[in-house]
Amino acid sequence: MINYTEKIPNNVDLGRDRVLQRALEHWQPAFLGWWYDMGPTESRNYDVYLRTAVSVEPDGWAQFDYVKMPEYRWGIFLQPRDENRQVNFGAHKGQPAWQEVPGEYRSTLRRIIVTQGDTEPASVEQQKMLGLSCPSLYDLRNIFQVNVEEGRHLWAMVYLLHRHFGRDGREEAEALLARRSGDTDNPRILGAFNEPTPDWLAFYMFTFFTDRDGKFQLCALAESGFDPLARTCRFMLTEEAHHMFVGETGVSRIIQRTCEVMRENNVEDPSDVRALGVIDLPTIQKYLNFHYSVTLDLYGSDVSSNAANYFTSGLKGRFRETKLDDDHVLTDACYPVSEVVGDKIVTKNVPALTALNERLRDDYIDEISDGVGRWQRVIDQTGIPFRLTLPHKGFHRAIGNFAGHFVSPNGEVLTEEAWKSRESEWLPSEKDYKFVQSLMSGRVTEPGKFANWIAPPLRGINNKPLDFEYVRFD
Amino acid sequence: MDVAVTHEAKTKPAPVDYQTEPSRYKHWKLSFDGAVATLTIDVAEDGGIRPGYKLKLNSYDLGVDIELHDALQRIRFEHPEIRSVIFTSAKNRIFCSGANIYMLGLSSHAWKVNFCKFTNETRIGIEDASRNSGLKFLASCNGTTAGGGYELALACDEIILVDDRSSAVSLPELPLLGVLPGTGGLTRLTDKRKVRKDLADMFCTNQDGVRGQRAKDWGLVDEIVKPQQFAEHVKQRAGKLAELSDRPLGAKGVSLTPLEKVADEAGLHYQYADVQFNRSGRTATITVRAPESPSEQTVERALAAGANWWPLQMVRELDDAILSLRTNELELGLWVMKTAGNPDAVLAMDKFLLSHLDHWFVREVLGMMRRTFARLEVTSRSIYAIAEPGSCFSGTLLELALAADRVYMRDTEEGDSVATMTLSEMNFGPLPMVNHLSRLAARFYADAAQIERLRPQVGKKLSPREALEAGLVTAAPDDLDWEDEIRQAMESRAAQSPDALTGLEANLRFGLRETPETRIFGRLSAWQNWIFIRPNAVGPSGALKVYGTGAPVKFDWEKV
Repeated sequence: MINYTEKIPNNVDLGRDRVLQRALEHWQPAFLGWWYDMGPTESRNYDVYLRTAVSVEPDGWAQFDYVKMPEYRWGIFLQPRDENRQVNFGAHKGQPAWQEVPGEYRSTLRRIIVTQGDTEPASVEQQKMLGLSCPSLYDLRNIFQVNVEEGRHLWAMVYLLHRHFGRDGREEAEALLARRSGDTDNPRILGAFNEPTPDWLAFYMFTFFTDRDGKFQLCALAESGFDPLARTCRFMLTEEAHHMFVGETGVSRIIQRTCEVMRENNVEDPSDVRALGVIDLPTIQKYLNFHYSVTLDLYGSDVSSNAANYFTSGLKGRFRETKLDDDHVLTDACYPVSEVVGDKIVTKNVPALTALNERLRDDYIDEISDGVGRWQRVIDQTGIPFRLTLPHKGFHRAIGNFAGHFVSPNGEVLTEEAWKSRESEWLPSEKDYKFVQSLMSGRVTEPGKFANWIAPPLRGINNKPLDFEYVRFD
Repeated sequence: MDVAVTHEAKTKPAPVDYQTEPSRYKHWKLSFDGAVATLTIDVAEDGGIRPGYKLKLNSYDLGVDIELHDALQRIRFEHPEIRSVIFTSAKNRIFCSGANIYMLGLSSHAWKVNFCKFTNETRIGIEDASRNSGLKFLASCNGTTAGGGYELALACDEIILVDDRSSAVSLPELPLLGVLPGTGGLTRLTDKRKVRKDLADMFCTNQDGVRGQRAKDWGLVDEIVKPQQFAEHVKQRAGKLAELSDRPLGAKGVSLTPLEKVADEAGLHYQYADVQFNRSGRTATITVRAPESPSEQTVERALAAGANWWPLQMVRELDDAILSLRTNELELGLWVMKTAGNPDAVLAMDKFLLSHLDHWFVREVLGMMRRTFARLEVTSRSIYAIAEPGSCFSGTLLELALAADRVYMRDTEEGDSVATMTLSEMNFGPLPMVNHLSRLAARFYADAAQIERLRPQVGKKLSPREALEAGLVTAAPDDLDWEDEIRQAMESRAAQSPDALTGLEANLRFGLRETPETRIFGRLSAWQNWIFIRPNAVGPSGALKVYGTGAPVKFDWEKV
């Protein structure tokens, strides 16, 4: 028997909720089994300086202390309830927000929650081996923090399944632990979550690009008329922000280090740069191209009846739905969507309801562009004449209107042969991956030390110094 | 068509009451002569159950058929001495001209479908009585016998047509109205009377019908008789048919007293049946109660209790509830069947019923249970059964669960009172569906091995897990899941397309076997209901719509 309130911090009255207790009695041990099996390699006995959410109060969501990760207190938190909240969009607009699953939408909601939930353990699995090649204790601690919080996000989705979906909810929750990233026979649901995260550059790119897709999906779900889902996602967003910080600063520090080395040694040729043990800027651009394009696919088809149904049913809104100035029903609205006609990319207006995936993707691209702009400034400050660019939306896409077309990063529609002949200029090749991994052959464990290919951060975690012992091995 | 009348037909009219009695009949006369009853149709032109049409030429509407249904019940229960029944007409040179066309033209689709369903059930009930009750029926067609009039005759054991050189039997629905003879006529022509398909084709596309010797030659009637001899001959044949009967001599009937029924905003309330409306959830919860206690039964006690004897009263109440809901509560698309009471009392009653089937009254009560339960599967409503602690899905009442599209049973923690289900012999054959299979046999696709595995379970109180294991239950959520699970199951059902659900259920409920009844409720009704919404029948220039107005019919010639 588990002492729930002690072991599982929560604001859902777990101590008195027998439905939840019963479900967790089975699931919690299975989760730990999954963590031992698929969580960070060899990390079981490390003392990690982690942030734990113990309440939704301003001082409660970030309590720092050393924790052995299997003993991390994965909690269940929902943003406090607003009694007056309504369904704010779609056919049910103006009705009180649902506190229980409307039977009509049960299977749709379950699918949405399962799809979101499946991404959380997937990224932990993808990042399993990276601890063995960390560039510093600071970075090691950060990846562990990301991992435990992805675990907590899994808990958040599992909470909804357990609380609101009865037996099939419990079965789906089990299945979330049973699928495996990259396992051909038993893959994670979404493509990007079956791609390997083979090195730290990939990890930072993933947290910058792909975790930001997570943010946008959570934002759209935080608008849901199903209030428990909305409140769960709102709380998750506070944690997601840290993951994106890790990604953005990680890439930024790699760029900074590369530029410093290029300046100090006055080299520009990528092979000279590589010879100095840092990652050349064209390789960083290729990683960017890869992670950006794979993540764009996660938003789904440009024209999607599912997305329209989710919106009209009041289950999934748009980014910042309630801040948008329109009727929130969208019956007559239009939205531009691109497609390839012959060798041209053309834009046409389609009913806005069917283009909600594309709209969320566009909102995402806006935010990504700002982040890439900040990386560019790092380069510019060192005076190196290199431009990082976001490739065209249609580049390297496997889902939506661009799937099956061969679009170059600057938006030309090419033949397959032409595109393939230049693929290695645009996307990381085996050789590129091998090189990046060659820089990360071992881990840096001395407090305050950083691997040669990355600059130290501006400051430490929770105001601790950079040479703080963020992880203690034992 | 009069716009005001059309409008009136669309606003919500007073609910239809299926209860009546001979003294209130407007359209039929029920008379008795020894072992022979005569049902004389004499439709009152101005006696339509809804405004807007005149019931000319012995044409009928739902009100006429409600009386017919009641009359048959009276013969079954109140007149055990009756062994054969004559249908005839009081009108000159017209037996019956079928369903009233103006009524059909005015009615909503749902009304037409429901009307056809009830009239079909009543005619199937006539054949059921012939097969099971020792009642033989004779159609004495003493004049024009058209459309539904001939369909009524087809339901009888024998058809005698007056041979006056003008009276014909006909099914003019197709050439005259652009619809089908949908009250079983088309099915009985082939399945029952074995009219060759090309002759049936000729017959059904010719609005004048067939008379005289040809009617006999084609097998459309059994005999043709000259007007002079007609009455005497009918009497004689009725007497002969009566000799085939095994109904008792000198038995005293059981009076079908009016049901004590309260209909209010909340639902329909009877002693053993109760219906609760949930209008926002589009759901009706029907609860059927077991008899009070497993008291010792004798036939004498049953007869003394009469209409208040539990099996009869329960099933009469349920019958009335089903018919009321079907006609008056179109938007309550999900029926939730519940039961309550002492399972042993039902088991004891089942045992008594099955060991006294040689008694006419017991036989009639069983027949009414069979016919009433068989209404469930042909009802265009989703049906869930919900078994909880205190439920009584036992024997006869278990049929209500077996008739349902899904069965949910609450898996209560041990120590608390536990929901149970109990099989009795009643579940293995005495209460067949319209496909002539028991509900168990239909459920398991007549897999004898599977059904025999259940026989040793008879009388045993099955726990939710055992019932699940036995395949009697769809799902058995436990206490923690129960309420949310049931709420969501009901909400999601009530939210889906009523039309598609009706189609789905009609396909899933019957399983393997076709019978004339399943062909009537399936093939014939489905095509008829399709035709009923097509412009060629009900469009502005559709045949049904313009009938009698003088306006020309305009068909869309494109076949589908």
